[in-house]
Amino acid sequence: MTDSHPDFLQFCNVSKSFGATKAVDCVSLGVKRGEFFSLLGPSGCGKTTLLRLVAGFERPDLGTIVLDGRDLTDLPPHRRKVNTIFQSYALFPHLTVRENIAFGPRTAGWAKAEIARELDKMLHLIQMEAYAGQKPDQLSGGQKQRVAIARALINEPEVLLLDEPLAALDLKLRQRMLVELDQIHDEVGITFLYVTHDQAEAMSLSDRIAVMNAGRIEQVGSPFEIYESPRSSFVAAFIGDTNFLRGRVLECGDSGYACLEVGSFGPVRCRNGKQTRAGEHVYLSVRPEKFQITRDRPDPDGVHNVINGTVEDVIYLGTHTRYRVGVQESIISVFVQHSRLLHQEKIVNRNDEVWLRWHADDGFVVEKDLKDPKDPRDGR
Amino acid sequence: MKRSRLPLLVTVLVLIFFYLPIIVLIVNSFNDSRFGGTWEGFSLRWYARLVSEREIWSALENTLIVGIAATAVSTVLGTMAAFALHRYASTLQKAHYMLIYTPLVVPEVLMGMSLLLLFVAAGMSLGLVTIFLAHVTFCISYVAMVVLGRLQDFDFSIVEAARDLGAGWWTTTWRVLLPLLAPGILAGALLAFTLSVDDFVISFFVAGPGSTTLPIRIYSMIKHGSPPLINALSTVLLVVTFTLLFITQHLVEERRK
Repeated sequence: MTDSHPDFLQFCNVSKSFGATKAVDCVSLGVKRGEFFSLLGPSGCGKTTLLRLVAGFERPDLGTIVLDGRDLTDLPPHRRKVNTIFQSYALFPHLTVRENIAFGPRTAGWAKAEIARELDKMLHLIQMEAYAGQKPDQLSGGQKQRVAIARALINEPEVLLLDEPLAALDLKLRQRMLVELDQIHDEVGITFLYVTHDQAEAMSLSDRIAVMNAGRIEQVGSPFEIYESPRSSFVAAFIGDTNFLRGRVLECGDSGYACLEVGSFGPVRCRNGKQTRAGEHVYLSVRPEKFQITRDRPDPDGVHNVINGTVEDVIYLGTHTRYRVGVQESIISVFVQHSRLLHQEKIVNRNDEVWLRWHADDGFVVEKDLKDPKDPRDGR
Repeated sequence: MKRSRLPLLVTVLVLIFFYLPIIVLIVNSFNDSRFGGTWEGFSLRWYARLVSEREIWSALENTLIVGIAATAVSTVLGTMAAFALHRYASTLQKAHYMLIYTPLVVPEVLMGMSLLLLFVAAGMSLGLVTIFLAHVTFCISYVAMVVLGRLQDFDFSIVEAARDLGAGWWTTTWRVLLPLLAPGILAGALLAFTLSVDDFVISFFVAGPGSTTLPIRIYSMIKHGSPPLINALSTVLLVVTFTLLFITQHLVEERRK
């Protein structure tokens, strides 16, 4: 999949309001053919509305939705070559598993033999051959989920829409279904548009993720890009943990880096995707695991930043230890992996004076001119 | 702590109060005596006479014609009203809801009176048609309320799923919506039928010559004094009504599980 590919599913300036609430606010987005694409955001961010716009259950107030070069915007749901997996599964309770899956093909008027053949294939794919004659209320949550998947996939949709499909399952089952969904995607090769509020789900499944907030898209990118180079404080805080350090811009190079003054430390070098000018106040995001913590002052090397502070708390968490380090007026959260803990010469304890070191590429200017968007002390 | 016997006592008394007259009626329908006062042995002769009574049969025929026709029409209209009430919310819908709800609370005498005035003003001759129209007016309300109750706990994502799987409006209605709502609609229809068959007050106002229904027939039989026959007829009606109510109740509860 190269970037030169034209987008398979395109949103062009799509807006949708419900009363006074702007659910989707001028969204433009492209999804590539065969991609596993996730819409990720907190509840009420407009991700489900965006999905329902593709399904045709809602009509955009403004903008167009184009699938494979055809404008979908005015087509009713039953004329669209997309199928939905609903959060509540929405299986037909009066029909058996077999009849549920065959609903689409029967409606489309397939030949009987063809329906039977495809049905068997689907039942095999979801491993539900033994349950073909049962009604949905005799099935477990995970089985219903699989039937819902088969019922959608048998129609060979151009895009499969999944609306928080795992939200109603318990943790164990969710993890198993994650793996199954991934396998099914690999097997059928259909474009998946997946809505979730669970960052772990989105990270583990997606080719690309669009992080949404308040009806707008904050950032689109691969899980790696979203995590490693968040472009806004919202993305940085919503995906994983992070620290926000308040600083003042000293110098803005055109190489994509900026130098900040953080408290009385500086210059602190970091990546800068924002339009900032010298003298402006900004927030710098650095993830907790990007820090190295030492008792001795590290040698300056030009690519790492160094600040010092006092350890206020040490929390042992098995796979890693979390340190809360007070640096002037803020508290920085630091995760340290344990692989070598026992062999470390100097174990860091509470109240120790320590040095924090991180690479310039691991810090991002995420917000400017904000009074208090999110408490920077909220180290999570 | 000793449990009080009072609630049990009250329950028994209430049940006796409710059902004693009916039990007396049923027992007397098997009484050989011409007058209800004394027991003169078990007999089916009132039931036998019931079968040979021509006027009762024609009244039953009228009742069934009105009942079936009113049920059919009010079920369709009531179901459509329930859909409209459920689907759209506006000030006009509140008025609609009031209009549907009113016949359930307006005194029957008033309903009968106003319908009679209307039919007379419209120059319609009183008969089966006017009884049928009168029954439709109140049956619609009952059907609409029963179906509306079912719609309120209906998961409409199922309808969306059908649309999503390529079903147009017609297919969705026939293959998904109606099969799933059938128990509710059937319950409404049975209720409408029961009410129509039982109705006396409103029918009495709008009935004309030759359109005597069963409840009206019973009333005139009392005036001409043949209580044992009425006892037998009432018992038959009771059995039919209870059976229908039982089925209705069963259908309403079945889906709640």
